[in-house]
Amino acid sequence: MQMNWPRKLLIGIPFLWLLALFLVPFLIILKISLSDPVLAIPPYSPRLDLSNGFEGIITFFSELDFENYIFLSEDSLYWKAYISSIKISAIATFFTLMIGFPLAYAMSNASENWRTPLLMLIILPFWTSFLIRIYSWMGILSNTGLINQLLLWMGVISEPIIILNTNTAVYIGIVYTYLPFMVLPIYATLDRLDGSLLEAAQDLGCTRFSAFWLVTLRLAKPGIAAGCFLVFIPVIGEFVIPSLLGGSRTLMIGKVLWDEFFANRDWPIASAVAVFLLLILLIPIVLFQRNEEKQREHER
Amino acid sequence: MRKLSWFNTVTLSLGFAFLYLPILILIIFSFNESKLVTVWSGFSVKWYGELFKNEAFLEAAWVTLRVGIISSTLATVLGTMAAFVLVRAGKFLGRTLFSGMIYAPLVMPEVITGLSLLLLFISIGVDRGLMTIILAHATFSMCYVCVVVSSRMSQFDESLDEAALDLGCTRLDAFFSVTLPIIAPAVISGWLLSFTLSLDDLVIASFTAGPSATTLPMQIFSSVKLGVSPEINALSTILIGLVTLGVISASLSTKRVKTRKNLH
Repeated sequence: MQMNWPRKLLIGIPFLWLLALFLVPFLIILKISLSDPVLAIPPYSPRLDLSNGFEGIITFFSELDFENYIFLSEDSLYWKAYISSIKISAIATFFTLMIGFPLAYAMSNASENWRTPLLMLIILPFWTSFLIRIYSWMGILSNTGLINQLLLWMGVISEPIIILNTNTAVYIGIVYTYLPFMVLPIYATLDRLDGSLLEAAQDLGCTRFSAFWLVTLRLAKPGIAAGCFLVFIPVIGEFVIPSLLGGSRTLMIGKVLWDEFFANRDWPIASAVAVFLLLILLIPIVLFQRNEEKQREHER
Repeated sequence: MRKLSWFNTVTLSLGFAFLYLPILILIIFSFNESKLVTVWSGFSVKWYGELFKNEAFLEAAWVTLRVGIISSTLATVLGTMAAFVLVRAGKFLGRTLFSGMIYAPLVMPEVITGLSLLLLFISIGVDRGLMTIILAHATFSMCYVCVVVSSRMSQFDESLDEAALDLGCTRLDAFFSVTLPIIAPAVISGWLLSFTLSLDDLVIASFTAGPSATTLPMQIFSSVKLGVSPEINALSTILIGLVTLGVISASLSTKRVKTRKNLH
């Protein structure tokens, strides 16, 4: 096919759009993370000054440095926030798997007529606002909330237990909102699973449990991995859940970045936090893509 | 047909109770008489009335609606073009970069996307407002549209297109009379997906909005920060109702299309 102009336009328009609004902004973050904060608008220096020609470009580059990253590594707040984000995300992913797998398993065992409506019911919350779903837990978990009312009424506790604004509430919020991301890929692999394999295993002397362990779980592994990545990766940068359900002691990097930007107005530090967050996410993202490719090859 | 064991029945009931009870409770308490959201004192729809008197919410809803419609339309056009490029355009310079830029925004944390776009708008001196939110939403939504449309496109037979060309259609004709009708369901669901993503977004909008525009999620977030309020429950109930209606009617209409196809 020759390069005619409709083809050029077809490729060019989305390409330039993404370059301008995805790649360039990212390069700008990188650049500002190497700048110094100043009290001005915009609050960072140096700014690229093209009126001085080539010399302006040289002074611009000579003023960039890694100061912000050194600051990040020296202030323990940031380290703690990164580590605590990873920890919260890992624990929450584990709980989501523990609830999501049985759910996906039960769905794949339901009769044909039931499967489509069940799938719809899992997907429906996707379409309702994330913010509203988090908000719905605030009324349930608060000191005067339904859980505390119920426990007080039953006489299990004599005074309200504090759940809202703790890490427990954050875990509940994450499991609740990210559950469909875990259930869907696991359900997809279980649904494809050939039932006769299980029968064969049982014919060959496996107990039901060991057949499940040796056949079902092993074949569902790519789906389990995909579900875990789909929860683990976005939760690390989560902002809404820790800021609504978490307390002052819940440390997550998405919230640190937000505060650094909106409250402290330190743009260079916020940019450095963002760049480093992306570096951390790079490893799970690469692993996730490899898992997906392997699965795609397997399907062929 | 396999019968559900008691284990599976219990799991399904508990799982779906967990998913739907909080929303149900939220809806029930939107009809509560009392200002206290957690104590039931009688049925009333007064919070819905209060909501429609609240200028800030109405204004924000109007902003959100405009942003949603314009950005998802833009995203649908751009995303469909991008899907064409990925599925049909073959090799070209920068293809790897292109597909990377399609998939990366899907996993990028929102705080980073928001911050980077804000810094772009400031460094080129664009005033932030409705326009910048639309640009931001169109950019991340087009990637979702591209994924949805390209998966549909890679399933359909390219020879149909070639046949149309052989029979004398121009490329544009062939697109509108052959390709588009086939990929239409994917394009429509891409638009709907973009619209809900835009309706839902708090983080990216907060970064790119500036002081002049406030979207509904931003308004909800700032009042929710102060605690639970029955007005927000009422607003949430309306939004949930609209979404449920939309999803049900969309699934019914695709079902009807399918049965019509089977009849032919």
